[in-house]
Amino acid sequence: MLVLDKENFELEVLKASGVVVVDFWGEGCEPCKALMPEFEALSETYEGKVTFAKLNTSQERRLAISQRVLGLPTVVLYKDGARVAECTKDQASQTGIKQMIESHL
Amino acid sequence: MEIIYDVIIIGAGPAGLSAGLYAARAKMSTLILEKDRTGGQITGTEEVANYPGSIKDATGPTLVTRMVEQTEAFGAKRLKAEVTRMDLEGSVKHVHTDKGVFLAKAIIMAMGAHPRLLDVPGEKILSGKGVSYCATCDAEFFSDLDVYVFGGGDTALEEAMFITKFARKVTIVHRRDTFRAAKSIVEKAQSNPKIEFIFNSGAKKIMGEGMVQGLELENYETGVCTEIWADPNDGLMGIFVFVGYIPETQIIKDQVKLDKSGYIITDEMMQTDIPGVYAAGDIRVKVLRQVVTATADGAIAAVQAEKYVDALEYEEA
Repeated sequence: MLVLDKENFELEVLKASGVVVVDFWGEGCEPCKALMPEFEALSETYEGKVTFAKLNTSQERRLAISQRVLGLPTVVLYKDGARVAECTKDQASQTGIKQMIESHL
Repeated sequence: MEIIYDVIIIGAGPAGLSAGLYAARAKMSTLILEKDRTGGQITGTEEVANYPGSIKDATGPTLVTRMVEQTEAFGAKRLKAEVTRMDLEGSVKHVHTDKGVFLAKAIIMAMGAHPRLLDVPGEKILSGKGVSYCATCDAEFFSDLDVYVFGGGDTALEEAMFITKFARKVTIVHRRDTFRAAKSIVEKAQSNPKIEFIFNSGAKKIMGEGMVQGLELENYETGVCTEIWADPNDGLMGIFVFVGYIPETQIIKDQVKLDKSGYIITDEMMQTDIPGVYAAGDIRVKVLRQVVTATADGAIAAVQAEKYVDALEYEEA
């Protein structure tokens, strides 16, 4: 899975074509750790169709805030570089993320 | 033929896992259903210092991992499924879920509770945008910023102290002028130089475009409303809400006897008003909602369920 930081975020997300789904997680966030295996399973389901990426907000706080992420876990969907949808907190589940992806494919 | 479990436990927090452990160890066929994340509310807690035997650096998640291992070692089955409806009358109970219908002779309800909202304009739309219910998840976003914490119980004060590791200043807003939190916790919070207090007040409104930028407080004694805005150099502020809990009894509210706050009424044996239906943990009426009381409830409920199932079989024989 693509690991994002402030060096590659613009190129891999904001200037990328197609659908990119970013999992914003944090080192102290237990629900984020619980979500990670589900997110990885989804990345296999959509292999070749959707780019899956994760961003450690504990290391990249300013970047997360610039993307209006202030609560974890948050999964944001970008289409051709534009931020078009997000799932946060309770909606950031396997089902919630899947629904979000399906409605933007 | 459909499987009829001896017991189905709904909820995999400390109460449900403890019930599962006791039930499976008593050789009952046991199914634990969880709609969300295993472990329940305790998974959001960084430090568990008051569960006897939990080692110094035990966290909610490490404790839950051990509970799951122990429960599964005795043969309890676990499934991620959301219960939509239950038929609780009669000797075979039907549990309808998004993964199908499951049958059992006895039911243990351990669905717990979820955080209560402030219920003010702006709260929902700014949730995850500066309004938070989980300090360990979100506190670090507010490094060197101002944070307002709502609540006056143990959780509110403990989480406020945790947030001071990051925030510039934490203001605790409490609707009364005395705390219901434990004395030792109150004293610790009062001596924390980064914590300030606003008493007899509550939130009226949360403001902000895309993220929390301000809030309106009402003083309940004077009726005076005050707007507080984030420092323009910051551009944002944090609001953490710890104002109590709501029991997860929505789907069974017309079936099982509840108190006026929605908690399940049980006797000392965890028995509800329906034969073969038990409740354990935060979901029931009790004086102390902690991991230690949840696990105790789970154990009692499982032992009583076992007695009930044995008696059923004796009747049938």
